[in-house]
Amino acid sequence: MPKLTINGKELEVPAGTNLIQAAKQVGSEVPHFCYHPGLSVAGNCRMCLVEIEKAPKLQIACNTAVTEGMVVFTESEKVKKARQGVMEFLLLNHPIDCPICDCAGECYLQDYYMAHDKAPSRTEEPKNKKAKAEDIGPHVMLDKERCVLCSRCVRFTDEISKTHELGIFGRGSTEEIDLAPGMRLENDYSGNVVDLCPVGALTDKDFRFKSRPWFLRETNTVCGGCAMGCNIVLNTNLNPYNKVGQKRAYRIYPRENAEVNQFWICDEGRYSYHAIDENRKEGASLSGTPVTLDFGLARFSEGLKKAIAAGADQVAFLLSPQMTTEELTAWKELAAALGVTQVAYGDDIKRTGKADAFLMKADKNPNTAGAAALGIAPAAAPLLAKAADGSLKALVVVDHELANAAELAGKLEFFAFVATHNTPTDKAAHVSLPRAMYVEQDGHFTNVQGKVQEVKKAMEPIGEAKGGVELAAQLSMRLLPVKATA
Amino acid sequence: MSSPIFLTKNFKNPEAQTYDGYVKAGGYAALKKALTMKPEEIIEEVKKGNLRGRGGAGFPAGVKWGFLPKNYTGPKYLCVNADEGEPGTFKDGPLMEFDPHQMLEGIAITCYATDIHSAYVYIRGEFHKAFRAVELAIEECYAKGIFGPNVMGSNFSLECRPHPGAGAYICGEETGLISSLEGKKGFPKLKPPFPAIKGLFDCPTLVNNVETLACVPHIINMGAEAWAALGCEKNGGTKLYCVSGQISKPGLYELPHSVTLKELLYDHCGGPLSGRTIKAVIPGGSSAKILKAPDEIDVRMDFDSLGKAGTMLGSAAVIVIDDSTSMVRALDNLLRFYAHESCGQCTPCREGTKWISKIIRRVANGQGEIEDLDKILGILTNMVGNTICVLADAAAFPAESFIKKFRPEFEEYIKRGKRMSMTGWREEAVPKAMAGAH
Repeated sequence: MPKLTINGKELEVPAGTNLIQAAKQVGSEVPHFCYHPGLSVAGNCRMCLVEIEKAPKLQIACNTAVTEGMVVFTESEKVKKARQGVMEFLLLNHPIDCPICDCAGECYLQDYYMAHDKAPSRTEEPKNKKAKAEDIGPHVMLDKERCVLCSRCVRFTDEISKTHELGIFGRGSTEEIDLAPGMRLENDYSGNVVDLCPVGALTDKDFRFKSRPWFLRETNTVCGGCAMGCNIVLNTNLNPYNKVGQKRAYRIYPRENAEVNQFWICDEGRYSYHAIDENRKEGASLSGTPVTLDFGLARFSEGLKKAIAAGADQVAFLLSPQMTTEELTAWKELAAALGVTQVAYGDDIKRTGKADAFLMKADKNPNTAGAAALGIAPAAAPLLAKAADGSLKALVVVDHELANAAELAGKLEFFAFVATHNTPTDKAAHVSLPRAMYVEQDGHFTNVQGKVQEVKKAMEPIGEAKGGVELAAQLSMRLLPVKATA
Repeated sequence: MSSPIFLTKNFKNPEAQTYDGYVKAGGYAALKKALTMKPEEIIEEVKKGNLRGRGGAGFPAGVKWGFLPKNYTGPKYLCVNADEGEPGTFKDGPLMEFDPHQMLEGIAITCYATDIHSAYVYIRGEFHKAFRAVELAIEECYAKGIFGPNVMGSNFSLECRPHPGAGAYICGEETGLISSLEGKKGFPKLKPPFPAIKGLFDCPTLVNNVETLACVPHIINMGAEAWAALGCEKNGGTKLYCVSGQISKPGLYELPHSVTLKELLYDHCGGPLSGRTIKAVIPGGSSAKILKAPDEIDVRMDFDSLGKAGTMLGSAAVIVIDDSTSMVRALDNLLRFYAHESCGQCTPCREGTKWISKIIRRVANGQGEIEDLDKILGILTNMVGNTICVLADAAAFPAESFIKKFRPEFEEYIKRGKRMSMTGWREEAVPKAMAGAH
């Protein structure tokens, strides 16, 4: 491991580390636009110039690997002057339309201007005019004037999505990012270019003009869109409402995890946050008629008690791999305490969808591996067959959409449902309880790689919804004798 | 003039453009001789012959060849840089057009010396005639066994292909050329890794200028000592000087390196046009710093002497500017070129070249302020040395030297706020309001 000195501080880092990463370890941020750890080094923004002893010129930190005995200065006068120069060049033809720019508040140009420039503009020449607000794909808008031509988005489409939609066209100061002829930025990962864009050149149609970033709260959590469990940041309103019809979640963007999703997320996961606010089940219902949660719980426990009294072997629980491991455990324990042995999760009737060789998995449940690890049977079909042929009296279903729900409701003495969203099954069930989504409670998911990842509560559950653990606790209070503790 | 010529000796012999004519004029003898030598011996000869790269940087060619990795068994490439685009330069075009076999012989010897089996000749898009000449000559070479599996009956095999560029100045930069040849946009690449380690298609690559390669057969023919003796210390052989601008006899001159700029202009090129005096000379293509006449032109035209004089030999394109030309207008013209040709990859070059070009355009339009000159000099310091390739420097050097060496003329121009044509002062004033809205 080479030893080097950065700003007078000695450190030892693995060979091959570049100076941006090494400087970070001594607490020095080297500003950069084009460098991104997930992409190849382009070295074109020239913002990361640093001074290296014995080097005749300033060197770009992103393309300079550490060597033994290297002496680096990231804050010398020469470096500061070069940075200020680059900032001046970048802002020369930048429209500085921050007040109407969606990126304001999370823009590298703004941040670096305050940190490294702070000088008034010296130019008197007219600025270059380029196209603004160009629709380049289903999710992304392009503003060529704001672009700093760092080529991150181009490299993303070349190296990560491998779809090659974007390119740099033209030359010199008239150069611009554009679509390859005849193409649109239409791939399953297109939203990532918005996160990559250090300025407001690429903006997300979904998020445009919805909120200023400083009005948003960040929660580090895990995407519940599929079995991959990509690490994400969920942006929510600073003071989220908990009523249906109020926008609480604003966007999802990926969080670095080298072992799971690196720096990326698919568009399906990115826009899955809409489900947090849309069509949510806010309260309990009896065959579709809304009731209070208390009433729903009472009916739920009464029905279940009656069925168990008639014979626990005719009762079945069908749990969901949408639930966190904690929820699954609570319901599994509840079933065990009640003497119910027929407990399964629907691996065979799970939600499935588009898959690829990168991040998208066909299994659209975030916790299939977690349910399997708990030893719950992955077979819903036999239970449902039993329910259909009349050999079951009671069935509790969590978050599985059943095609024959209405038929089951007629056959079963007690058909209960626990769900996060309003669905036809929800209307058919005798009793239905509202469950909090994974973003509304703390817990864990186990992804397809077997990694147990923490899911964090980003907001209060909507309406009267409760997490699966609390619902199980409420039911057990009503169903089970209270034991005195020592 | 009476000095010996080598590179241009076949220029007036149209027959030499064909294989047979070239052989009749003594061609391919050097290749035959080289094939009997060991590759290391050839490299040693070129080193001893003090052959400096003719593309502009003047790096010793033999040393450059030695940078290719030894005992490397994968493919290696030779890229011949025939993308001659430096304003004022017109030597590679004629070399290919009038004597294509000379360059091809140089290619064959170079490839043999460096164990390269594929060569690409990257020819500037505008050079239709040169491209056709090289293409025909290469076809002939394949037919006559110069290229192909057994070069002149030896075990050495060599493939050679011409490739037309699309007319971008930046593709004459060696890594820009490699990008373009790979089918990408002509963006210069980050160094390190250098092309000798990781160049064309990520393989070790040698990039040499046409004139450099054209010199190689002559070194082999006459021997390193004789070639070195033609020039001066550390600058062996003869050099092609492209003289243009306001001079009596502009043209392409093959002269020993030891010639001085003054001799070149007054003895060989007949001095200034009648009734004019030479005001300034750009000695090595538009990217070189300008020299003031008459004080600074008594300098030897070799890479080291001009380097010491604070400028460079570059591509040896001598551009003469006499007293009828406005330096402001001349600089405006130059800077427009660089702003147009900047590839746009690096921020300082992309924005800087355009910015100084816009300022000097405003100054040339009679709307400049004295402070603009210092502003330009300040902008230049943020450009020089801060980019991937040297295009930013190439734009900054002339701008800096023009303004610093001819500051009184710039100030006078600004003060008068009047329009000046390329050929002299014109007296009508330009009202500020009419000269373009800002």
